[in-house]
Amino acid sequence: MASTSETAGTGTSGAVPQPERETRLARALRESVIAAGLTAILGFFFLALRTEIETGGLVLSTRWGLWLAAIGIVFVGRLALNLFVFGRLGATTRRKPATTGAGFPVAKVLTWGLLIFAIVLPFFFTIVFPQRDRQYIDLAILIMTYIMLGWGLNIVVGLAGLLDLGYVAFYAVGAYSFGLSAQYLGFGFWTALPLAGLLAASWGMILGFPVLRLRGDYLAIVTLAFGEIIRVVLLNWTDFTGGPNGVSGIPKPTIFGWELGRRDGSFNDLIGVPYDPIQRFIFLYYIIFGLALLTNFVTMRLRRLPIGRAWEALREDEIACRSLGINTRNTKLSAFSIGAMFAGFAGSFFATRQGFISPESFTFLESAIILAIVVLGGLGSQIGVVIAAIAMIGGIEVLRNLDFLKAIFGPDFEPTQYRMLIFGLAMVIIMVWKPRGLVSTREPTATLREKKRISSDVVAQGEGH
Amino acid sequence: MEYFVQQLVNGLTLGSIYGLIAIGYTMVYGIIGMINFAHGDIFMIGAFIALSTFLLLTTILGISFLPLVLLVVLVVSMAFTSAWGWTVERLAYRPLRGSFRLAPLITAIGMSIVLQNFVQVSQGARVKPLPPQITGGITLMEGSSANGTIQAQLSYMQIIIIATTLVLMVGFSLLISRTPLGRAQRACEQDRKMAALLGVNVDRTISLTFIMGAALASVAGLMFMLLYGVIDFYIGFLAGVKAFTAAVLGGIGSLPGAMLGGLLIGLIEVFWSAYFTVEYKDVAAFSILAIVLIFMPSGLLGKPEIEKV
Amino acid sequence: MTDTPNHRWLDDPILTVEHLTMRFGGLIAINDLSFSIGRGDITALIGPNGAGKTTVFNCVTGFYKPTEGRIVMRHGKGAQEAAVAQATESGEKWHRDAGGAVFLLERMPDHEIAQRAKVARTFQNIRLFGGMTALENLLVAQHDRLMVASGYSIGGIFGLPGYRRAEKEATEKAVYWLDKVGLLDRADGPAGDLPYGAQRRLEIARSMCTDPRILCLDEPAAGLNPRESAELNELLRYIRDEHDTSILLIEHDMGVVMEISDHVIVLDYGEKISDGDPAQVKADPKVIAAYLGVDDEAEIDVPEVRADLSSARKEGEA
Repeated sequence: MASTSETAGTGTSGAVPQPERETRLARALRESVIAAGLTAILGFFFLALRTEIETGGLVLSTRWGLWLAAIGIVFVGRLALNLFVFGRLGATTRRKPATTGAGFPVAKVLTWGLLIFAIVLPFFFTIVFPQRDRQYIDLAILIMTYIMLGWGLNIVVGLAGLLDLGYVAFYAVGAYSFGLSAQYLGFGFWTALPLAGLLAASWGMILGFPVLRLRGDYLAIVTLAFGEIIRVVLLNWTDFTGGPNGVSGIPKPTIFGWELGRRDGSFNDLIGVPYDPIQRFIFLYYIIFGLALLTNFVTMRLRRLPIGRAWEALREDEIACRSLGINTRNTKLSAFSIGAMFAGFAGSFFATRQGFISPESFTFLESAIILAIVVLGGLGSQIGVVIAAIAMIGGIEVLRNLDFLKAIFGPDFEPTQYRMLIFGLAMVIIMVWKPRGLVSTREPTATLREKKRISSDVVAQGEGH
Repeated sequence: MEYFVQQLVNGLTLGSIYGLIAIGYTMVYGIIGMINFAHGDIFMIGAFIALSTFLLLTTILGISFLPLVLLVVLVVSMAFTSAWGWTVERLAYRPLRGSFRLAPLITAIGMSIVLQNFVQVSQGARVKPLPPQITGGITLMEGSSANGTIQAQLSYMQIIIIATTLVLMVGFSLLISRTPLGRAQRACEQDRKMAALLGVNVDRTISLTFIMGAALASVAGLMFMLLYGVIDFYIGFLAGVKAFTAAVLGGIGSLPGAMLGGLLIGLIEVFWSAYFTVEYKDVAAFSILAIVLIFMPSGLLGKPEIEKV
Repeated sequence: MTDTPNHRWLDDPILTVEHLTMRFGGLIAINDLSFSIGRGDITALIGPNGAGKTTVFNCVTGFYKPTEGRIVMRHGKGAQEAAVAQATESGEKWHRDAGGAVFLLERMPDHEIAQRAKVARTFQNIRLFGGMTALENLLVAQHDRLMVASGYSIGGIFGLPGYRRAEKEATEKAVYWLDKVGLLDRADGPAGDLPYGAQRRLEIARSMCTDPRILCLDEPAAGLNPRESAELNELLRYIRDEHDTSILLIEHDMGVVMEISDHVIVLDYGEKISDGDPAQVKADPKVIAAYLGVDDEAEIDVPEVRADLSSARKEGEA
């Protein structure tokens, strides 16, 4: 709670005249005392007291040690920050030029490096970590799914500038299209995949149509509402969707009709390679990798086409778009439905990977995480999404495995429960640190002579400025 | 008829709670133009503080005179929740003032996650039940139906909730329209830069807005706890979304709009559950929101936005 | 006006506004306004602040739906009365025949007006796509043609040659206009970084990329220095002479107006008070009155002041 920025002095001392030359130490001490005092107030009802459920009703227990420890940590932390971090920042704020010429092509090297790593990733993990390869490849699959979702949402939020808080709805539509078509019609993954994309895109149109007139935050809340509506319907339409029990027994993807497995007539049988469960993980990984690449390829292509330029122009200035003869309704709908289509693909992949889906997987938190990936990565930036997805999703998983902390805090300490707490804090801290996201330059879609990246200072953020 | 009246009373009670939370959303939106996603969780924090204070007073200090206990709980939870509201603004929003508009939305979502999980970790994930403290009521109507007698009852709890809401609303409207603080707030809403040039302390005004919003949310939290008797770390999300829906429905930025929107959402939910299906009550509330916005894009009482070309 | 019957706006009008009325709630912004614009003319719409000039623009370009009235845009020679009458009767948005085409702008949404009726505009407060490069701005302006060429994006994704050719042509056109407005050097920089005068010119270049028949400019000389103003005049004449584009402009700078206009229309309080060539308008006593104020100072006609005065008088008597 102590990461207040260097402006704290001006904020809190409005009424108290500051001494002429307050030494840095005194100032740091004063602010640390304030921060510690605030912690004492905030923590009193949550750290010092705890309501326990006992037979016969609720009782209060006290944990003074924890409370005092928190106050102490905040005091010391704030003091350290003030003395060693804040003093060094600040003074050097210079406005970056709006275009940055070609220096060392960091982005290019990073992109190619990550791409090559992604291609060899399963083999890398099977060779380097043979004990934990399944776990790591599974994590890579998860991250890749979020990268794909982030790229899909990037079309809507990053390019077209339409704030969508209900993106997970299309992910759910994709997942249930496959789950239900497998259950009722016996569809396999490859048949259901285009269907899922198509259905999600249609839902994008249907939901997009009425909300197109809305601006900014109204759009945000209505998309959030639609997301919740779809989830509630999936939850309660028990006869069709299975309600809270979801859909299970969703088939695994096949290779041209042959399954992976030990049985006769399986793909392994056909090519004469003995089956190993890891093959299934690797196969899934390459499917999602392919889908993500497809998303990226299509997005990059669309950006250079009139439709993509119209999306970005729409984000910059809708009225100017209309004065140039651009049909903004169709342009918005196309962004909405193409974004939704990729979520649909990702959804049907999710269904086949899990083998089981339920409405629980499609809560607002998912939408929030995907949006956070897009914004933290830097709106409109494809590589930014990759970095943010690795950091956020990978980070969550790392936090899941902090068993060594048990050695420090004793066996009762359960690190996994702090996972989302730290995740939320990281979201806040990264955003405060880099409000424009990690990659905050825009690459022009057409160049005459020299390609210059455009600084985000001049790039608009879309709806409801 | 009795059934209808009963539902009406229930709807108004629920609507009052939504309305109180919605005011926090609408004020913050009015002054800095952002959705304070963490506001629903401030409401949850308020409910937890109220619960702990209540237990502290009754079980540890042994005070049994209920009106006194409730009054102290009200004051304490308003004060402490305000501190939370202030802190959230200070940490997650003020550093981003003047930055682009999606950044504070993301920190708000982040803060919401932080608050929920902080309470979950520090107070446990299990639902906290509190037996009803205020029982009894006035029978408004009585009639008979095939299943026996049917009553429309106005419980004392509901009277307290509706009356408190009314008092707070009136006091609050006076605060906004009559005091220098209210004037500073309205000035910041119109033009923050100009207000600062004219000597309004913008940061402090914004902080006070968050403090007031949090205080009202804590009252809603206390009433929620007393009315339903169960709270957990997750109550903030749905209540927050509903209250925000109410604020948008009423026309975001408008205080009477927030209250009206809250009442409408409460009524829609209760009547839908009573006459149709309880499962789809959220769908009903959200669908009404979408329909209203499609036909009245600035809400019921919001100022229509004239497109400047 | 009647003594000079050879005016183009009477013989060959490209745009006519008839009985245009625009109300916002109780406020009447434009009241029963009628005028015509001649093909190939530079027409200036002038008047004091708040006279309703920009509102007329917004009605013509479809950003506002007029409360009443008809706005006709004509492609092809002459007034085409028959075609106009036929379109009005049949309820169509436009009517095409061998003689040309007429468009009833009050029936069309804004983007169709730009796309089909070929009416382009700029804005009083510049509306460029600030985060996109100057070149991209001009490519966005050619959206509709490129969209068709890209097979509505499907062909474009696969990189079909037809689209590549179309994009090359579009780039050439953009380069042509960048060169004309002297911004070729800044083609690859963001539009938002250009100086003010350059942004004004880029906005004009962008609207010209939509191949307009009529170009509506909302205060194009505002904020320009004298040299830039002179360049602007030259650019507008060039557009009119070389690109067969009529120009309608709102302008406060009388120097610009009198120098380049063929036709001046004066608005005040939403009504037309004068209409003619620059010399006629300059001499019109109504115009002088509107710009300089009525000359009998004795009469105070502000209701508040009158009320104050009368109450002060009463107090004095009491």
